Amino acid sequence: MSTSRISLAAMVSGALFGLGLAVSGMTDPQRILGFLDVFGDFNPTLMFVLGGAVGTTMLLFRFVLRRPTPVFAERFQISDLRSIDRPLLAGAALFGIGWGLAGYCPGPALVGLGVLSPEALWFVPAMVVGMLLHKLISRRNVGAA
Amino acid sequence: MNSWMMALAGGVLIGIAATLLLWLTGRIAGISGIVGGVLMPRSGELAWRVAFLVGLIGAGAAYLWLVPGAYSPRQGFSPLLLVMAGVLVGFGTRMGNGCTSGHGVCGLGRLSMRSFAAVLTFMATAIATTYVVRHLA
Repeated sequence: MSTSRISLAAMVSGALFGLGLAVSGMTDPQRILGFLDVFGDFNPTLMFVLGGAVGTTMLLFRFVLRRPTPVFAERFQISDLRSIDRPLLAGAALFGIGWGLAGYCPGPALVGLGVLSPEALWFVPAMVVGMLLHKLISRRNVGAA
Repeated sequence: MNSWMMALAGGVLIGIAATLLLWLTGRIAGISGIVGGVLMPRSGELAWRVAFLVGLIGAGAAYLWLVPGAYSPRQGFSPLLLVMAGVLVGFGTRMGNGCTSGHGVCGLGRLSMRSFAAVLTFMATAIATTYVVRHLA
């Protein structure tokens, strides 16, 4: 029905997101590690990225979620998970270790792929392998249960 | 503009992008979830994800190509470390259902306690890892 409008909206959103990552300096892993290095040569500028992004969503999401439905779709697809469980915390902990090792989270690494950054050409395929590995392991566990 | 103003402007752009996606399509702008959904597609949920990623990579890369000084690649960083980091980020974000964008930008934006716990956890392990790599290793 409105699949093409949804895809168009997603492309515009993705473009703004990518532009935001590049403008803010999130795509530079040296600045990410400078931000994470709170006990050393701390670079606080990325606090403004997180502050700007989260400030904007905190302000605007409440108006969006007051609507009965999104503009082009029948319902909001929001996780109804509530529990703070072990997979959530263990997964977040592993992600943080990977983020702190190299300075890439998924979005900036993908943008790096677009400029053929040699680092992204190592990181992104490895990230895909990690995602598939999780799929493999969780499927096996479901099979065993 | 100095770097903190660019950081703030970029952050607001990211927040607007996430708001636009939620408002128009009802979807959460979580990059790891979107990539995961492209790798293991469900019917009807593939096209918008691909479109989002095309926009993300296209616009982000265009800025880095076109703006002088925006892209300054790091030299001499270990490929082995990059691969280990990539596997951990891929595995961890799927296990924990989100990354900096899904739990950070979107989850905190809707005041989710789950996302708040996830953000505290990955910030803590990221800071600890950076400390170990830079000051102990």
